[in-house]
Amino acid sequence: MQSRRERVKIGRERLQHIIEMCKSIEERSLDPFLLNVDEIIKIVREYFPEWEQPEDLCLDAETIHRLASVIKLQSEWVKHRSTSLYMDPFLLEEKIRRIEKKEMVAAFLQAWHPIVELEQISIHSLAEALRYWESLLPLNERWKEFPQPEAEAGSATREELIKQRILRDKAFTEELENFWKELREQVEAKGADGRIRYWDFVGAETYEETVQRAFMTSFLVTYGYATLEIRPLEEEIYVRPYEKQVRITAKKQLVSVPIAITLEDWRKWKEAKNNEQT
Amino acid sequence: MSKRKAYYTSKLKRAVHMLFYKRHKKPGVKGWELRKVLGSDYPKVLSILDDYLKSLDLQVKTVFEEEKPSEKPTLEQLDRARFYITLRGDLTPKEAKMIGWRIDDLAGLAITIAYITSKKGKAPRKEVEELLHDKLPEWKVGLNVDRYIRYGYLTQDENEQLYLDWRTRAEVDQKALIDLLLGAETQQESSS
Repeated sequence: MQSRRERVKIGRERLQHIIEMCKSIEERSLDPFLLNVDEIIKIVREYFPEWEQPEDLCLDAETIHRLASVIKLQSEWVKHRSTSLYMDPFLLEEKIRRIEKKEMVAAFLQAWHPIVELEQISIHSLAEALRYWESLLPLNERWKEFPQPEAEAGSATREELIKQRILRDKAFTEELENFWKELREQVEAKGADGRIRYWDFVGAETYEETVQRAFMTSFLVTYGYATLEIRPLEEEIYVRPYEKQVRITAKKQLVSVPIAITLEDWRKWKEAKNNEQT
Repeated sequence: MSKRKAYYTSKLKRAVHMLFYKRHKKPGVKGWELRKVLGSDYPKVLSILDDYLKSLDLQVKTVFEEEKPSEKPTLEQLDRARFYITLRGDLTPKEAKMIGWRIDDLAGLAITIAYITSKKGKAPRKEVEELLHDKLPEWKVGLNVDRYIRYGYLTQDENEQLYLDWRTRAEVDQKALIDLLLGAETQQESSS
């Protein structure tokens, strides 16, 4: 008698196998009738009561989705076979091997009606081009350098440079490490399972501040202070801080994750936050 | 000349200018472009032009965005369609050579189009190349497929799947090609 764990393991493997088979039928244009749909449904039904984890339910849903795609292909296959355009590819391969090149070309020439397309200069376009040329300034005039504004040399204080955003008030690494510390504190306070929802972390009182926090978060991830966990089905992104900075090696394939921080998204988040508080 | 005749003569000239001369990267003109220049009765202008071109062995070819409608196309479908001037009849092998095609390349194109058509308009490039390799040298096979893609007969996706592209839809009567290939074998079989 199989234990439940074993059955779950076998079930997962079987569903994975079905997904792979469906994928190869779709991608390699194989005969979709190679798949016995009744048999597959029987397997999916057999293991369905075992699924409790969300990942397993997702696997089950993906299997059904892939199976539906293959059934669609079967319907297209039948439709195509019933049209006059259908020719068995194996039969065709045989024909191609037997037909002489000349015969093939003769057949093609009877079905080929090439497009007539002309390109020709006209007196009108030449005249237009000459007018343009006459009015065109020489390159040295068009690319003339703009005179440099004369600037007087002076002195500025560190505070003034920070105000003008030329210098930052803290060294970047120091700022990043403080931000990392804040992330760990927030995970402890508001997060669960060692992670926090991306928007709960980057979201701030103002939109500008939110963008600044998202910008800093991207550096936390790039420099190995934290990682992003993306759950496409839940449409949620989580930030998980590392206990120690992780050195990212070149051997590992790096992935860029673009996250849009739009004003609309920020407003929605803010509204949801306000609702939660009230 | 009656006013009506003068009206259509002038429209015909504009239509010829638009259809014969390349205006964009690809040849042909969209229906909505013709409507903008020729007016809403452009289908009638094209029909008169098509009649006129018959004696020159040319035709106005309409390629619809989706499958060819079984009934009379609607104005919307025509607006989205692309119009070309193509040869009405067919070329002799000698003429085909004159417009820049070697017999090998043309046979390769015929095989590729027929094969992809038989596979419902999509086939892996590897399979097509294996088929061509049967009669063409290996170094030429890849080059030829790239050439067919460049000319717009085929297109390729990121999974190296080949599809028929806009030029095949405009120039090749796929049903006739398949019928002719089937017929060609019957002739060979009957002679043996």
